[in-house]
Amino acid sequence: METAVVENPATSKDTRWKLLTATMRRHGNRPHALIESLHTAQEAFGYIDDVAMKYVAESLRVPLSKVYGVATFYHYFTLKPQGKHTCVVCTGTACYIKGAGQLLQAMEEKYGVSAGETTEDGELSVLTARCFGCCGLAPAAVIDGAVAGKLTVAETLERLDKVIGK
Amino acid sequence: MTPDELKTTAEKQREAVGKYPHRVHVCMAAGCISSGSDKVKDALTDELKKAGKDKCCLVKGVGCMGLCSAGPLVEVADSVAGNSVMYKNVTAEDVPALVASLEGKPVPHLLLPKDIPFFTAQHKIVLENFGLIDPDTIADYIMMGGYEALNKALTDMGPAEVLHEVTASGLRGRGGAGYPTGLKWSTVAKAGGGQKYVICNADEGDPGAFMDRSVLESDPHRVLEGMAIAGFAVGANAGYIYVRAEYPLAVKRLKNAIRQAERSGLLGQNIFGTPFNFKIDIRLGAGAFVCGEETALIASIEGLRGQPRPRPPYPAVSGLWGCPTLINNVETLANIPPIIRKGGKWFASIGTEKSKGTKVFALAGQVNNTGLIEVPMGIKLRDIIFDIGGGIPEGRKFKAVQTGGPSGGCIPEQHLDMPVDYESLASVGSIMGSGGMIVMDESSDMVDVAKYFMEFCMTESCGKCVPCRAGTAQMHDLLARIMEGDATMRDLALLEKLCDLVKNTSLCGLGMTAPNPVLSTLQYFREEYTSRLLDGGGNGRHPKTAAAAEVR
Repeated sequence: METAVVENPATSKDTRWKLLTATMRRHGNRPHALIESLHTAQEAFGYIDDVAMKYVAESLRVPLSKVYGVATFYHYFTLKPQGKHTCVVCTGTACYIKGAGQLLQAMEEKYGVSAGETTEDGELSVLTARCFGCCGLAPAAVIDGAVAGKLTVAETLERLDKVIGK
Repeated sequence: MTPDELKTTAEKQREAVGKYPHRVHVCMAAGCISSGSDKVKDALTDELKKAGKDKCCLVKGVGCMGLCSAGPLVEVADSVAGNSVMYKNVTAEDVPALVASLEGKPVPHLLLPKDIPFFTAQHKIVLENFGLIDPDTIADYIMMGGYEALNKALTDMGPAEVLHEVTASGLRGRGGAGYPTGLKWSTVAKAGGGQKYVICNADEGDPGAFMDRSVLESDPHRVLEGMAIAGFAVGANAGYIYVRAEYPLAVKRLKNAIRQAERSGLLGQNIFGTPFNFKIDIRLGAGAFVCGEETALIASIEGLRGQPRPRPPYPAVSGLWGCPTLINNVETLANIPPIIRKGGKWFASIGTEKSKGTKVFALAGQVNNTGLIEVPMGIKLRDIIFDIGGGIPEGRKFKAVQTGGPSGGCIPEQHLDMPVDYESLASVGSIMGSGGMIVMDESSDMVDVAKYFMEFCMTESCGKCVPCRAGTAQMHDLLARIMEGDATMRDLALLEKLCDLVKNTSLCGLGMTAPNPVLSTLQYFREEYTSRLLDGGGNGRHPKTAAAAEVR
């Protein structure tokens, strides 16, 4: 997770940096590869930090301000490290009608984190997404990458307790 | 691949599949996978091996079977008897019983009757291969007549004839606005200049819509074929699919499909031995609803912030990197291969006078059968919700159906007998939209629904033009105050004024349609607004309103 300790991503032995370099090279280091590169960076590190943004800016010859602009414009990119476990609650229309708000409220009551926050011990991040397209299974959430559908409050909390090992 | 090789591949695959007396199809679309269908499929493979039946029974992971609420779905087909049965809510524990039933009677408690309206009232064109083919196997698609349309277009027809068929079909854009596809194609075909592009818009941002995801997950080759035909007709040699990063499975299957098509020579250089070249690349979206707007989508492919620009020039004249660009929605492109195969006239015979063909809807919300359906245009909303959808759960009362997502509106009971087509939906204050259909029952609070959509538009506004950026925020504020019982008649009047302003002065579709949910709920459920107002003479539903009424 600590990308900040790396001095020069271009010469780093870290495979995660190599992945990013490869993505940019595949697009000929052209400016239009910006979003693709940020996707690779986020996939590799879990989030996009200043070092990664500067590296992408230099490699693609795009002003850093523009890289920051793009990284903050799109909701999918996050500039903050995530917790060890993540729970992304779908807030699409179907999930909303079927009680996604209650799931979020219950999580806030139990773990003290609202949407977009991470618990103090760094164990759990609660996030929201616009729509997973699993509307047939509303309300849905993605817990550590696995979609869970037709959730109730009790079931959600039980699943979360299990993943964070409480 | 030559046309002859295409035929041999199809025959070989038919033979390979046909030699099994039994076939088990397990739904492997995102919905069923999250209910555990991948485990069911593994268990089936193991159990068949254990029972020594793996030589006579084929297990195949297939695309979406539609009825997501009853997933995981499994279909067991008997090619000797020529029938098949469908099972619902199958778990890995049920697998031994399923395997044992192969030569005997079906397992009764899992049985899902296939003669219910959910299946019988549908008319499948886009979804014709769903539940039948393995999306990760190109030969399966070819077996069902896949890439025949591309072959026909390239070898028997010319670009002009393809354009003619598409125009004759009367197909209209399935992304929401309903612009005639043939006209759009002709404009791009007529545009001068060398380099042209085809873009497939798979940035399905409407919350509550999952048609495009299902098409990409269940039948990705259909979209590739549609794009290649479009490229041939308009004179483009490159295409991009702009797909949401939130759909990892769709991206994975698309990537695999592109690789397979390239390897088979169905994409790339000299397709079917003709001079036509076409390559397709994937671009990932990054969670911005506004990127569904074509100029914003183009900006995003160029690596910029997804902000729309004023039109004209339209992308058909100046699009991606300034080149003429054709942008079509996934479902529009998925309609192309059958149109070319069977002719525009055949397609035009389905549907209503102005809306031809079928439409795929994602049926969700407070309705018994949630899932993916395809119905002919002109069907009644009531038939969709009460026959196909099976009505409202637990005997509650229907209140409204929301179509078109944040750009659409809520349609109340009195309009349920209206035919579903572009014009009718617009006439009652909603839009066809991309196909999300959310059913709401009496427990839904319409002001809250309007506020929900306004919050969506507020956060998704790209911030470029003032009416949308500031207007949506102000409207959201007003709605929040109405919800809290803190507003007056003047606030409601201001809200209506703002709706009008934002609708008429915004730069792109996002802002222009953002007031729709408010306008339509105001039109049909005005009482829910006024009853919350401090001076509205309402019933004081909110404690604060009640307290204020007492003081008076």
